[in-house]
Amino acid sequence: MTSRVHRVLAVLLAAGCASAALAQQLLINGAGATFPYPIYSKWFDEYHKKFPNISFNYQSIGSGGGIQQITAGTVDFGASDGPMNDKQIQEFKAKRGSDILHFPTVLGADVPVYNIRGVTAQLNFTPEALAGIFLGKITKWNDPAIAGPNPGVNLPNAPIVVVHRSEGSGTTYCWTDYLSKISKEWETKVGRGTSVNWPVGLGGKGNEGVSGQVKQVNNTLGYVELIYAVQNKMTYGKVKNAAGQFLAASLEGVTAAAGSVKDMPADFRVSITDAPGKAAYPISTFTWLLVPNKIADPARKKAIVDFLHWMLTTGQTMASALDYAPLPKTVVAKEEKAIAKIM
Amino acid sequence: MSALPSAIDTPPASGGAAAAFWKRLRAGDEIAIAVTFLSALTVILVTAVLVFELYRKSAISRHAFGWSFLISTTWDPVSGTFGALPFIYGTLVTTALAMIIGIPLGVGAAIFLAELAPPLLSSSLSFLIELLAAVPSVIIGLLGIFVMIPILQQIVPPVQDKLSWIPIFSGPFYGVSLFTAGVVLAIMILPFIISISREVILSVPNDQREGALALGATRWETTWKVVVPYARKGIAGSIFLALARAMGETMAVTMVVGNDPKIAHSLMAPGYSIAAVIANEFAEATGDLYQGALIELGLVLFGVTILVNGAARLLVMSTEKKGTS
Repeated sequence: MTSRVHRVLAVLLAAGCASAALAQQLLINGAGATFPYPIYSKWFDEYHKKFPNISFNYQSIGSGGGIQQITAGTVDFGASDGPMNDKQIQEFKAKRGSDILHFPTVLGADVPVYNIRGVTAQLNFTPEALAGIFLGKITKWNDPAIAGPNPGVNLPNAPIVVVHRSEGSGTTYCWTDYLSKISKEWETKVGRGTSVNWPVGLGGKGNEGVSGQVKQVNNTLGYVELIYAVQNKMTYGKVKNAAGQFLAASLEGVTAAAGSVKDMPADFRVSITDAPGKAAYPISTFTWLLVPNKIADPARKKAIVDFLHWMLTTGQTMASALDYAPLPKTVVAKEEKAIAKIM
Repeated sequence: MSALPSAIDTPPASGGAAAAFWKRLRAGDEIAIAVTFLSALTVILVTAVLVFELYRKSAISRHAFGWSFLISTTWDPVSGTFGALPFIYGTLVTTALAMIIGIPLGVGAAIFLAELAPPLLSSSLSFLIELLAAVPSVIIGLLGIFVMIPILQQIVPPVQDKLSWIPIFSGPFYGVSLFTAGVVLAIMILPFIISISREVILSVPNDQREGALALGATRWETTWKVVVPYARKGIAGSIFLALARAMGETMAVTMVVGNDPKIAHSLMAPGYSIAAVIANEFAEATGDLYQGALIELGLVLFGVTILVNGAARLLVMSTEKKGTS
């Protein structure tokens, strides 16, 4: 009799434990940028392995979608390749009654890719040449603005076919942000954005669409994400940075660009294109997590804060293996302090 | 109730109206009418809600641009200036090309399969054609990029050399173009035209054929002058379905059309379509005006589809009056 009672008790106890464990299971929802999705899913996976009661659900629906969802309050955090602008932050404050914090996670970069019949050399591009080509003012490959920094390369007298992204993307934001900084004319005529009114060129869908068109059509020039170019072993051009050096994009050069920014603002909303350092690759960008500064549920708040600390330490060591440039130490130290703003 | 049609003979009323009602109900008339009416109503309601939502959510854009949205050619998300004309143009041109290529091929194939091919060949080929309809549009788009464009790049420039004095063939050919999108769309609508038209032609009563043959018509005369006119309405229906499919196609078009919102007079130049720009830009569109403009584009596509479909129906009706069958 007693053994039966014991058995029943044991079953009840086991069920109780299981339900307690279930109750502690915490699901953190996020949505946003597609560019950092591979590293984010790696992070969330590793973090879940370490802390099995916390799991993350990240929808890579695009930066714009991430900003909308965090503003609507349907997710715990957003993610974006471009910082929220002042108007978006005002809207967030009005709707959610709290501030929004930007946390840089990793870095990305854009590289110029080209396909010119008979040219295999790694070309040098000046900012003036890139702006001129994308504005439609430099139309031939043998234009002095391109030929000048490439002595010894036999550039053809052929029209340049420009290829850009057709869909809204953080890659385009980074590229147009760079062009806006180095060319007043670009800034006033076209400006920066995830989609812009391109003066010239064909639109390809995604990095694969741009690279596909660059490969298929002769005498093309386009831009793709550094990671995409590296993983697909594409040759890409060197770009002259603000210090006058021609640099091929590399993870080190991108991290250096983030490190060379003077006066990093407290909210991390900063563009690092055309950064001043000698080793800084000029077409680089942060990608950000967007976290409200007031999180009502203490368990949820603790989980997000703990994750941010982990992301800045252990997480950063995983970046290079996936071809993402890790944050410079100065930025990590600054972010560690900023996490305290989450209440 | 008396207005409702009844398929059964009503015997002299013995138990009054109630009994007659129950009798009819048992026979299924009322239920059938109610159920089918509700089905029809659901479809209409869904469409109405869709249009209403598009109209409501595009309010900010409609107020900002008014009717000039339809004729403006600038699409600038940075400065917040939006106009739909290049996209309307691209949608109409690619759809027209698809129909010009797809209708003769599709109807021709359907006639062959239904009238001329041996039954075994006909049914197995039809199965393959229906499989084509099941291929996802992204796959068709990839085939367009990696198979069709390289072939077109070999074929088009030599032809252009001879015909470049005609404006619609002029200009450089990059592979992606309105023409390429038209060809891809034609491939996508073929299964709709072929399989529906074949079924319709097969369902033409045999006495029509026998009658024509008995009068001394050849096999082809029978097919072309008797069978096809008899099946005309069904064939037209398949074409309307194909038309709607072509206008709304998104993924395959955006992969091969070049995504350049300019109105080019040459078919060999890149263009853009309404469905493609919505798919490309909606996910990253921030700001109410930008989103409103994209939603208004959806409304415009709806309007353009209705207009084109209506015009096509009028065309068919006018030929029917002249028809002799």
